[in-house]
Amino acid sequence: MTRYEAPDTYQSRYDHFIGGEYVKPHHGQYFENPTPVTGETFTEVARGTAEDVERALDAAHGAADAWGRTSVADRALILNRIADRMQENLESLAIAETWENGKPVRETLAADIPLAIDHFRYFAGAIRAQEGSLGEIDDDTVAYHFHEPLGVVGQIIPWNFPILMATWKLAPALAAGNAVVLKPAEQTPASIHYWLSLVADLLPPGVLNIVNGFGVEAGKPLASSPRVAKVAFTGETTTGRLIMQYASENIKPVTLELGGKSPNIFFDDVSAASDDFLDKALEGFTMFALNQGEVCTCPSRALIQQGHYSDFLAAAVSRTEAIKQGHPLDTDTMIGAQASNDQLEKILSYLDIGRQEGARVLTGGERADLGGELSGGYYVQPTIFEGDNSMRVFQEEIFGPVVSVTSFADLSDAVKIANDTLYGLGAGVWSRDMNTAYRAGRSIQAGRVWTNCYHAYPAHAAFGGYKQSGIGRENHKMMLEHYQQTKNLLVSYSTQKLGFF
Amino acid sequence: MGDPVTVTPAAADLIRSLRGRHGPLMFHQSGGCCDGSAPMCFPAGEFRTGSSDVRLASLEVEGVPEPVEFWMSTSQWELWKHTTLTVDVVPGRGSGFSLEAPDGLRFLTRSHLA
Repeated sequence: MTRYEAPDTYQSRYDHFIGGEYVKPHHGQYFENPTPVTGETFTEVARGTAEDVERALDAAHGAADAWGRTSVADRALILNRIADRMQENLESLAIAETWENGKPVRETLAADIPLAIDHFRYFAGAIRAQEGSLGEIDDDTVAYHFHEPLGVVGQIIPWNFPILMATWKLAPALAAGNAVVLKPAEQTPASIHYWLSLVADLLPPGVLNIVNGFGVEAGKPLASSPRVAKVAFTGETTTGRLIMQYASENIKPVTLELGGKSPNIFFDDVSAASDDFLDKALEGFTMFALNQGEVCTCPSRALIQQGHYSDFLAAAVSRTEAIKQGHPLDTDTMIGAQASNDQLEKILSYLDIGRQEGARVLTGGERADLGGELSGGYYVQPTIFEGDNSMRVFQEEIFGPVVSVTSFADLSDAVKIANDTLYGLGAGVWSRDMNTAYRAGRSIQAGRVWTNCYHAYPAHAAFGGYKQSGIGRENHKMMLEHYQQTKNLLVSYSTQKLGFF
Repeated sequence: MGDPVTVTPAAADLIRSLRGRHGPLMFHQSGGCCDGSAPMCFPAGEFRTGSSDVRLASLEVEGVPEPVEFWMSTSQWELWKHTTLTVDVVPGRGSGFSLEAPDGLRFLTRSHLA
């Protein structure tokens, strides 16, 4: 094991990054940023307002035209160089991200940062390979279709994967030739600035602008501005609707990723042998604790078929109890701290209502006090509830290390329970019979159905929601078109008039 | 069965304070990821409710001249209606576009079986 020291890479204060340089907030105010690991403040960050957003939009509009006309080869090269810098600094980025968010460093080292690096490379390749199209309408007439950047886009980033989620939005937007004004979450405003310290010199001034601050003070002026051509948001439903309302005033598109209540379905044949596959499925069950459950696709409903219910669940409880909770900067630690105090309080409120509704706690169910300097941090025991799909702990995204388990009789019962939710972002299906797995996967109303795997997020696999889980598909080249206009040139090669006039 | 939505004294204090700074207020209970399941507090009318929403309460808060409406999407309320809600407040670090976040506080919904 390795136990990293608290990072010394952070500055004591961060301003806004606008037009290629750091500028002080218009009102001169800052807010404190604590690490969830200990609850102690480690930096302060500019408290942005509408004036700062306007300044950032000025810079972005000044840069957008030239950036949009930069050749795709040059834009791709810059994205690849960003990836290279991140690769060279992978360890320090991972430590910074863990200190910011509270997640275990084994995840930031193996997932968050490597995935972000690959994401920049993927969109560097995708934009090089993207082609317009032409349609031959008739012998004299051709319809050419060009991709053009939207111009200036606004992006509002969540706190659960601060660098990776920023990358999911930045890489396609920049590849497509847009200038960006980005607002990080106020819970995790700092790690993006450490990332920026590594790559800022690679981008022309004004192409990427970062305005920090609170949603109501900085996010709202960005989302409601008539000067952004599109808004991308990851978060919850009420803010998602509000952003759509603002966008409707300006007739602008949005992409939204608003979470889910993802079912993870284990058919009887999973337990047909005690082998590697069963071991993998039990790990798949335990994935509800990945990132402390703060994942939009947390497999927070486990549906286990009746034939192996008792045996599989007993093994799953054992697997969950083997999760090592500890200091997030220890590479042996499997689960770290929740990202903020209010998040901790919300999870505890769900542990309360789950019990009130009669759900049985099979393991966990309490706040965890890890002692020493970690006593001030925000830790929760991995928790398994057993109950019924109508209970609120089965219907709402708790965003904590909490899974609610129920049984099902057969394929149609599994699909019925899986789809009995307002959301449709992720799902998992586990079976040795690929016909069963295929039928289940096609019947579940969710944008991503992991089949005999879970929580894999490779670039080039589309990610997005059905139902109330949002609009758009990230993580795939199709996201480029969410950041592009289609320009049609309809060209006549005939010299003859129509004869109407 | 009690009122579907009540507020704690601490939440009432915060509502009074926000009312003084921002004018008439409303709540819309959120769902989904990140800051979902939290009650969002906006200037009244900022969030446009429609036929997909239900008004659960018009909260009477001492010192606030008008009722504070508390809304939720109808589909979500279908899943919540066997519970009553208490709006509380905890130290926190922001959430969506809710008005109290810059104060270092977050409204929190606590639930009880009706």
